[in-house]
Amino acid sequence: MGTNLKGQIVMKNLVLKGALAASAFVLLANAASAATLDDVKKKGFLQCGVNTGLPGFASPNDKGEWSGFDVDYCRAVAAAVFGDATKVKFTPLSAKDRLPALQSGEIDVLIRNTTWTLSRDTQGFDFTGVNYYDGQGFMINSKKLSGINSALQLSGASVCVQAGTTTELNLADYFKANKMEYNPVVFEKVEEVNAAYDSGRCDAYTTDQSGLYAYRLALTAPDDHIVLPEIISKEPLGPVVRQGDPQWADIIRWTHYAMLTAEELGITQANVDEVKNGDNPEIKRVLGQEANTKLGTDLGLTNDWVVNIIKAVGNYGEVFEKNLGSGSPLKIARGINAQWSKGGLQYAMPIR
Amino acid sequence: MVDSNLSFVRTEMLQGQTPPLAERGIVRWMRINLFATPIDAALTIFALLLIAWYLPPVINWMFVQAAWVGPDRSVCATVAQGGIQPEGWSGACWAYVNANFKQFMYGPYPQDQIWRVNLVGIMFVLLLIPLLIPKAPYKVANAITFFFIFPIVGFFLLVGGWFGLTYVETPLWGGLLVTLVISFVGICVSLPLGIILALGRRSQLPVIKMFCVIFIETIRGIPLITVLFMASYMLPLFLPPGVTFDKLLRALIGVALFASAYMAEVVRGGLQAIPKGQYEGADSLGLGYWQKTRLIILPQALKLVIPSIVNTFIGLFKDTSLVSVISMFDLLGTVKQHFSDANWASPQTPISGLIFAGFVFWIFCFGMSRYSIFMENRLDTGHKR
Amino acid sequence: MASQDITPVGKDSAKVSLLNDPKVRGYIFQAVAVLAIAGLGYWIVDNTIANLQRARLATGFGFLDGRSGFDISSSPFLAYSSDSTYLKALMVGFLNTLTVAFAGIITATILGFVIGIGRLSHNWLIRKLCTVYVEVFRNIPPLLVIFFWYLGVLSVLPQARQSITLPFNMYLNNRGFFFPAPVFGDGAWLAGVGLIAGIVGALLVRRWAHKRQMATGQQFPVGLTALALIVGFPLLALVIKGFPLSFDYPVLGAFNLRGGSQIGPEFMSLFLALSFYTAAFIAEIVRAGIRGVGKGQSEASHALGLRAGPTTRLVVVPQAMRIIIPPLTSQYLNLTKNSSLAVAIGYPDLVAVGGTILNQTGRSIEVVAIFMIVYLSLSVLTSLFMNWFNAKMALVER
Repeated sequence: MGTNLKGQIVMKNLVLKGALAASAFVLLANAASAATLDDVKKKGFLQCGVNTGLPGFASPNDKGEWSGFDVDYCRAVAAAVFGDATKVKFTPLSAKDRLPALQSGEIDVLIRNTTWTLSRDTQGFDFTGVNYYDGQGFMINSKKLSGINSALQLSGASVCVQAGTTTELNLADYFKANKMEYNPVVFEKVEEVNAAYDSGRCDAYTTDQSGLYAYRLALTAPDDHIVLPEIISKEPLGPVVRQGDPQWADIIRWTHYAMLTAEELGITQANVDEVKNGDNPEIKRVLGQEANTKLGTDLGLTNDWVVNIIKAVGNYGEVFEKNLGSGSPLKIARGINAQWSKGGLQYAMPIR
Repeated sequence: MVDSNLSFVRTEMLQGQTPPLAERGIVRWMRINLFATPIDAALTIFALLLIAWYLPPVINWMFVQAAWVGPDRSVCATVAQGGIQPEGWSGACWAYVNANFKQFMYGPYPQDQIWRVNLVGIMFVLLLIPLLIPKAPYKVANAITFFFIFPIVGFFLLVGGWFGLTYVETPLWGGLLVTLVISFVGICVSLPLGIILALGRRSQLPVIKMFCVIFIETIRGIPLITVLFMASYMLPLFLPPGVTFDKLLRALIGVALFASAYMAEVVRGGLQAIPKGQYEGADSLGLGYWQKTRLIILPQALKLVIPSIVNTFIGLFKDTSLVSVISMFDLLGTVKQHFSDANWASPQTPISGLIFAGFVFWIFCFGMSRYSIFMENRLDTGHKR
Repeated sequence: MASQDITPVGKDSAKVSLLNDPKVRGYIFQAVAVLAIAGLGYWIVDNTIANLQRARLATGFGFLDGRSGFDISSSPFLAYSSDSTYLKALMVGFLNTLTVAFAGIITATILGFVIGIGRLSHNWLIRKLCTVYVEVFRNIPPLLVIFFWYLGVLSVLPQARQSITLPFNMYLNNRGFFFPAPVFGDGAWLAGVGLIAGIVGALLVRRWAHKRQMATGQQFPVGLTALALIVGFPLLALVIKGFPLSFDYPVLGAFNLRGGSQIGPEFMSLFLALSFYTAAFIAEIVRAGIRGVGKGQSEASHALGLRAGPTTRLVVVPQAMRIIIPPLTSQYLNLTKNSSLAVAIGYPDLVAVGGTILNQTGRSIEVVAIFMIVYLSLSVLTSLFMNWFNAKMALVER
């Protein structure tokens, strides 16, 4: 411990000597210091931070195999980098651990239904896009609280919420804005929140609506519980990388856009090999079949990176339906996550 | 010749009468042990009432009503909760423990590789038993194998990637395996480190002494959660950019450092109990510091504090459950992780899982504490000053 | 140990190589140690700065003035809302740590003494029950004990609408324990003055009674008098002011009981778990302490005509306390440190609140530093207090 105390003193001195801003102790860094891509390639696998267990987004089965929407995004990145979707390892992280784990370099990318906010964006992290537009809602036990059908009737309720999430902050703001009282019951891990809500410790459970639908499956009597209609916040969920590595951020960002573009152009897991050699110039360009194309190599990948992604996990629509939509027990509608051309918010930047 | 007919002295003893009822058998025992005074009697009746009130429901819940086997949550839930049990049923859900037993023991360790864990476990037991029996021969060789060779062999067996064994990375370890690995490594590292720290604290070199005191007192002053927090989140910051540490290794470092500070204080107690004459005697023989410490002081000091050392091990073993707070899946963490398993969610599941975990921890700790008492009694006969 | 006394002085010293001089070797050894540790420290700091720069993270404690934005479920002593600063949130957490530790220490001590004495009882059944208690609680991790209590409290207690009604408008349900909160009106300050006067009076009576007993041997019922003074003065003050005291009673609201004061199930289970767990260790300490007092002491006391009660109270316990106090101190410290396990059941103690702040702001170094400083100061303060108490008890020895 002697080293530690000493360390802090020395560090302070150095910072002061640096005299960047003595009052605020701000440390500025040069742009583009480390290349995560090189590290990942050297390691031979992608270390991806995911949820500890959120059905539909990331959960392990009893053999320890991971599946879910976020998990498929991790696989897509691995496929883009290595051409092999199996070269990925998953680190299950609680809400509280996730950002420190990314910051410490334990994981290369965090794809764990994390909300894009300004403060997170400026605290050393970069969000590369929104792979799922979510919003915070409330779930109650409709059997016990039969008269309640709006979140505005929740004044005086105990509300179960996970610690250290934007959910916790939104909850405080919502009740304050509507001049309602509440009693927060805060846990660090999702399992603990679920257990407490299931045992009747709280009247309401709040988290992102997609999460509410997922957790409801694991309750003792799922059919007794209803999700209230109010959405009290915008929760754009997306992958996060460390700030200061634009190349790596680009790879994650364009992996998402590639999956969206593929859906838009009708490229699916099943037909990708077929349409690759077709004669639609746009599809050929996206799939790297144009002569002398440099789209993939400029990104630091191979030119067939989109082909690898789609072969491994499919396009955005396929991944959504398989994990969250009609192909899953959650049965979540596409809603605002539909393509922009179909009234949704998902809009891919052009790959050219 | 004596005329026996005239004798009024009894030649043979009277058959002893049985003592009065209050002075024999169970009644006497009860009178002395349960009803000696009115207050005693009141206490006994109170205690009996307490037992009569609580024990039958507990036994009923744990054994009579319990669901022992079953495919999924239906055997542990009432009809209203979507199960098969009648309304008002309440009993332990051992079926849940049964179904997840492998998970609780090995975590997500690959199913076809579990023989490796079992092999390490068997080696551990085979090496440990002769070490614990005081009369067993080859103590030194045994100890060296157990503390130096076994960890290396065990490490390569568990991790693999050698001799055709598939590589099993540590995130795939879990359950009791992780609990035992952390405690074993913690024990192996904390004892030597603790001895060095204790010697440092008793050193006459002021700088060394100061460093050791600061280290020991700082660690002892803060909760293990904080130490694990540091090991988990700050250790990576301390290392050169790009170097990362295995998560299990970080927890190991945290636990080992924490335990060694406590071990140092235990060893210091032993060092202080050695009379000054022993030091002076060693000095007069012309032994240097290390010779003196190694040959004269430590053997005596360590022998004195064996029970305390074992108690520190028990504390360390219990403390390993805290790694579940930093998202590692030891026994407790694995059990808790499976609470949210939709296949088994029922009102009885969590408490059944916790009782199972508690029972496993209890077996290990109780075993160690019995051994500590046994050693204490054994050593007591030798050197009692 | 390498002693400086044996360093040769005088002419002979010239013959000894400097390297073999224990004093010189000591200096060299220490210099190497300082260099090694300073080097390690520099390396760590250098890496940390490089890592922080790489991640473009700010450092410093300035963030503590920011608005926290989150609510805390239990803040009995400070007015806290989501508009308060991070610093205030940490203070709330710290006070919650202190509250649960203080309450836990008191209960654990009482329970531990009862069970420790019970283990030495002549009553076989009591002895065995106490042994079972100690062996069960000593050998399972505290974290498990906390979970047991939490699940137990939650599953045994009824829902809010079926609250267990206790006397004086107190209620118990799975949202906690509710009791009327006193509301002080004008002039209630006099009751406070009365309370202080009562305590001072009780202390004076105690001193006087002690003096009288020393001088004349006559005893005086100090306990009863003190109780009468401490309760009587504030009551008298209230009567004079015409009872400016009312109560805010808890009543059933839409979801839960509203009004009154409330103790949440998180606090209850943490408090009970810490008390029960630590009591097992205190019981063992008490048993060892009492057995450490020679049998001759109690025999002599019996010979003087003292009965079992006074013997324990006046002869055995004061001597046993000297053996008991040092290990008791470390148990108190352990309890305080174990209260950090609150994070597992969502009681907002220092570590739980600090963890939330760490997550909101990303200042891991600063938050962990605050944890360390707070817990270290608590340890030092407890040690100082117990050392003082120990010294006071040790004075009994002649």
